[in-house]
Amino acid sequence: MTNYTQGAYPILEKQAIAQDTYSFTLYCPAVAEHAKPGQFVHILPKGFGLRRPISIAGIDPEQGTLRLVFAVRGKGTDVLAGLNKGDFMDMIAPLGHGFTLYPEASHAVLVGGGIGVPPMLPLAAYYGAKATAISGFRSFAQVILQADLESCGARTICCTEDGTAGAVKGFVTAPLEELLTEGADIVYACGPEPMLKAVAQVCRRMGAACEVSLEERMACGIGACLGCATRIRKADGEQFLHVCKDGPVFKAEEVIW
Amino acid sequence: MADLSVNICGVAFQNPIIPASGVFGYGKEYAAFYPLSELGGIATKGTTGTPRTGNLAPRIAETPAGMLNSVGLQNPGIDAFIEKELPRLLREDTVILANIAGSTPEECAEVAAKLEQTAVHMIELNISCPNVKQGGAAFGTSCAMAEQVTAAVRKATTKPLVVKLSPNVTSITDIAKAVEAAGADAVSLINTLLGMRIDIRTKRPVLHNNVGGLSGPAIFPVAVRMVWQVANAVKIPVIGMGGVTTGENAIELMMAGASAVQVGMACFTDPYAPVRIIREMEDFLDKNHIPAVRDIIGTVQPW
Repeated sequence: MTNYTQGAYPILEKQAIAQDTYSFTLYCPAVAEHAKPGQFVHILPKGFGLRRPISIAGIDPEQGTLRLVFAVRGKGTDVLAGLNKGDFMDMIAPLGHGFTLYPEASHAVLVGGGIGVPPMLPLAAYYGAKATAISGFRSFAQVILQADLESCGARTICCTEDGTAGAVKGFVTAPLEELLTEGADIVYACGPEPMLKAVAQVCRRMGAACEVSLEERMACGIGACLGCATRIRKADGEQFLHVCKDGPVFKAEEVIW
Repeated sequence: MADLSVNICGVAFQNPIIPASGVFGYGKEYAAFYPLSELGGIATKGTTGTPRTGNLAPRIAETPAGMLNSVGLQNPGIDAFIEKELPRLLREDTVILANIAGSTPEECAEVAAKLEQTAVHMIELNISCPNVKQGGAAFGTSCAMAEQVTAAVRKATTKPLVVKLSPNVTSITDIAKAVEAAGADAVSLINTLLGMRIDIRTKRPVLHNNVGGLSGPAIFPVAVRMVWQVANAVKIPVIGMGGVTTGENAIELMMAGASAVQVGMACFTDPYAPVRIIREMEDFLDKNHIPAVRDIIGTVQPW
């Protein structure tokens, strides 16, 4: 589906929400109208040659806005983080293939790790009280979006590796396993690859359906340059698919880690 | 309004701007932004005899004023290209340059022979891909191999044959002369410069292939120099490329001797780059009262 466009969109709101982590709200009605949970945007930091893929953290078609939450990872995201209310973001969006939504589901589990938590927010908005969001962070300074997830009606379980915040000390997999004994229709996950791999393993063992959102270095963002290849297992064999166009969301059992 | 049309090997281009092979796939992703008929031509993704999966990721890294890539000629193979992609491309009102590659001269010739029965306008033979183990740049870095593969493809096709040259050589003019002697109708240059970056925290190269091709504005001065040298060394037309980002860059490359200009990395920065560059060229020509873009080809006045 090619409903992406390129444009410069004004920033309505900017907020620092954790260490080196920012939330931006952009006014982009044409994008907000089409965007789906799990899709991403491709933003050009001024002075750079390649765009930065950033997941969509909120979609409000009525207000015509999109929310983006990202962490400063390098010089490009540092330039983006330096933008302020009233500035414009040069963006190609919405891009990629989002999460499969199940209107009949009675329980959806959203697993986010670090800066993988933001794409869980549109899912929490969709499932509301039928969602449980398990979020994992290194330490208290990185914890983000727990109140936002709760305000969607989702139950939240916050984990930190060092136990400095949240109810769980350790990784997301322990509460996930416990939760899956009660049953879940679908597990969605986004975060660092080791976490995704561990989540996929737990889901396979417990017989739960799982979709993961992958990250890869990319150039065009639209499926032309074939830069963001990832190995995917399909019925007719292994294929190199592309995170930008075929993903970023894939069925966990199809990903070759 | 200046006349932007150019003619290369008897093929009429409505303007000299062509998205370069590898950045533009087979065109359909960019058709969401503008009609492909606005382009002078399209150089399609390098296509081989059989499907190729390409290299493991990461395949992309940004570098100062440029980028490295190591895609490794991922493509569905020539049969799928002819069946699924080419008919749609040929309905666009623009010149299609089918970029082809292979591991052996025989594979390249076989791919060209399959295109002979199609209405594709030109063949661009890639003897310069830095990201594959066989063929690729191995063909483009020795005069004897460049001549051999060009001659093999020449025998297989009556279509205008453009040979895409590697800059990773001691003398690009010698390679250009060798492919001209072997029957090339034009040359295109430059492909990417071989480069490498290392993540000093992990001690791992940033590309899984370890090395990759450098493109983008960083290589533009190298492109200008090589286009100028080659244009002065051969009689066949030169298609220039390498870091072209603006209309003024394109004008500069044409003054150096290029008859047309391909646009690569700039498409990633700005998907509208090729059409913007066409507009900017037109503005430059109008402002300087130059009636036709072809009047500027090779007009640099060296000291």
